[in-house]
Amino acid sequence: MTGGYDIMIVGIGGQGTILASNILGEACLIEKRTVRGAETHGMAQRGGSVESHVRVDGKYGPLIAPGTADLLIAFDMLEALRYSHYLKDGGMMVVNRRMVIPTSVFVQKLPLPSEEEIISQLAEKDLCLIDADTVAREAGSPLSANVVMLGAASHRMPLAADSLLTAIQRLVPPNTVVINTRAFELGRAAGQTC
Amino acid sequence: MERRYLLGNEAIAHGCLESPVSFVSGYPGTPSSEVIEVLSSLPDRSYYAEWSVNEKVALENALAAAWCGVRALCTMKHVGLNVAADPLMTSAYTGVTGGLVIMSADDPFAHSSQNEQDSRMYAKFARIPCLDPATIQEAHDMIRDAFALSEELGLPVLFRPTTRICHSKGDVELGPVLQNTRKGEFHRNPRQYVVIPAHTRILHKKLNEKQPEVRKRLGELGYNQAAVKGSRAIIASGIAASYVREVIPEDISFLKVGAFPVDEDWLADFVRMHDEVLVIEELAPVLEETVRGVAGCVTVYGKKDGHAPYEGELSPAAVAGIMSSCGFTPSRTFPQVSPVPDIPPRPPILCAGCMHRPVFYAIKKVFRDGIYPSDIGCYTLGLQLGAVDTTICMGASITVGSGMVHSGEEREIVATIGDSTFLHTGIQGLMNAVYNDARMTVVILDNRITAMTGHQPNPTTGLTACGTPAAPVSLEAVCRACGVGFVETVDPYDMASLTTALKDAKERPGVKVIIAKQHCVITARRAGIRRGRYQVDPETCTGCGICIAFGCPAIERHDEKASVNELCSGCAVCAQICPAGAIRKEGAR
Repeated sequence: MTGGYDIMIVGIGGQGTILASNILGEACLIEKRTVRGAETHGMAQRGGSVESHVRVDGKYGPLIAPGTADLLIAFDMLEALRYSHYLKDGGMMVVNRRMVIPTSVFVQKLPLPSEEEIISQLAEKDLCLIDADTVAREAGSPLSANVVMLGAASHRMPLAADSLLTAIQRLVPPNTVVINTRAFELGRAAGQTC
Repeated sequence: MERRYLLGNEAIAHGCLESPVSFVSGYPGTPSSEVIEVLSSLPDRSYYAEWSVNEKVALENALAAAWCGVRALCTMKHVGLNVAADPLMTSAYTGVTGGLVIMSADDPFAHSSQNEQDSRMYAKFARIPCLDPATIQEAHDMIRDAFALSEELGLPVLFRPTTRICHSKGDVELGPVLQNTRKGEFHRNPRQYVVIPAHTRILHKKLNEKQPEVRKRLGELGYNQAAVKGSRAIIASGIAASYVREVIPEDISFLKVGAFPVDEDWLADFVRMHDEVLVIEELAPVLEETVRGVAGCVTVYGKKDGHAPYEGELSPAAVAGIMSSCGFTPSRTFPQVSPVPDIPPRPPILCAGCMHRPVFYAIKKVFRDGIYPSDIGCYTLGLQLGAVDTTICMGASITVGSGMVHSGEEREIVATIGDSTFLHTGIQGLMNAVYNDARMTVVILDNRITAMTGHQPNPTTGLTACGTPAAPVSLEAVCRACGVGFVETVDPYDMASLTTALKDAKERPGVKVIIAKQHCVITARRAGIRRGRYQVDPETCTGCGICIAFGCPAIERHDEKASVNELCSGCAVCAQICPAGAIRKEGAR
């Protein structure tokens, strides 16, 4: 075993998975821990499915193997399902309760599982569903949904909430620090009930 | 010393600042692009940085800088090294005075590439050193050492990170940034810099004579390390060495190679201390062939006996699988899991409001039975719209088109190529097509930026890499200078003009060029351009599906009616193609 804590962050290009993984990495530095990460760059970001691997206390390579992630943070329910096999037995999933329908569904008339079907499949694992978009609006900006999700998932991470908050304050644009601080705290409160 | 959580390419860029580098050139290509993006965007630069028009141009620029005694970095992706191969091969003969480091980023699994070639083969071919980092920290340290090594040996050094180094992150220990104080000065020496046959024969001999010293110095750098633990060993290079470290048990010996060529005596001594060795590396069996060459009767496992794959990327789980297949027990096992089946795919897609989409739509309408050679850029995604029939390498849309014409293929040929790709290697193909009288239409998709790799400026943009204004090149003038008689510039958001231009082109002989010019929707948004959104009037919508087939991610279909979602950027093209007139600007009646 690696002895580390492996976090997958998945979503759709443009939803802020890279900022979220940077925040986790910065929090590791604040706690003087080693960290490894891998992410999707380049054209794959153009509205495609994206994944970030973050290995808290990681010492070797950046990749998390399927079936071994401790925590899966998903910014979209369909993406949560797509990557759900990365979670280890007993791992937890924190999922934003929203779904962007892939264009392929409309253009190629592909069948799409209903929201209820997806939730019932996700619920086979330890699932925490968060309405991050609503919480983000409450915090002051829909763009802070990624930070809401980190707040909600923070209960399960081996990183102190203070470290995460400091990392957020260092990394988000200066004029959004207040909103993102609130987003983290509201997200953390929303994740308390899971 | 400072510790930061950095992207591999950011760490590499920082290593260049610590060297310090004097001159930086390159052509964007995933996964290499961020190095120059970082270096060109820093304030108070003590070095020169440029985006060049292609990799050959970039390398020749950097080589000249190194000839003038300054430290030069040239970056590209692996396939870019094919374009730069001509100067690369002979630069090993001429050598350098200032350090020249060529970063060629490989892409195992072809995450965003047209092939999975292994740049280490080029270093072997050219007989120059190659550094292959296993971690981000090592990538950072290596690039710094590479400049000094290049100067010491008088040879260019190839630095070969892979996607999982360039686009991975880690905590990295950084050194202090130094100010570049060197200024280039060329010392005339025709015997070194003019490679006529009489000179080059001597230069080739000198290059060959340098090889023992190269091996010795690379061994001393410390990037090749061995630890003897038992009768079995694993030998690995690059990121694969990190994967091996994650799964290797205590009783198996480990040799890691980060610098090529390897000292064969040292390698042979290690191999012969064991009964069985397993070689783990991504892509080509570069290291494995060397190991097999020195192994004698020691059993060697690897790609050549079918235990390890030649293609794709490795991972700790893949390495564990290879180990098991050779009877080596990994220290960690991995669960056998499979993804949930039948989830609709979410591949990358042209953005809502992308200028490429209406061009492909109009081409397919006007040239219904046409053949559509295309090129490398975001617009390769036109494949999803059935408007991309071929893609082979940068600049090959026009050449593939003219080749088809002269093969006797009688259908209409419409080639599509982006602005940056046209400037990269498209112009020669256009000139050739005109010269040899190919009947074809070329559509230049001119969004004024190198979009796919992250919006780097190019000569059409009006800015240099460092943000200095530069007179934008006129694509119209370039095409006319190549001898094209019919050159029309149209706004691809204006479907009527676009269609008329394509129909005009169809009627004419020879090579016709249409320049579809509109800002990339992402750069337009960043520049603050806001067009009103559109919406579908459900009463008027007949549910015909034409706008759905258009494939814009802003258009959805619910209950047999179309609707427009919040991704709409207001390009208005869907409103123009809707036969029922059901799509209108928000707030319009």
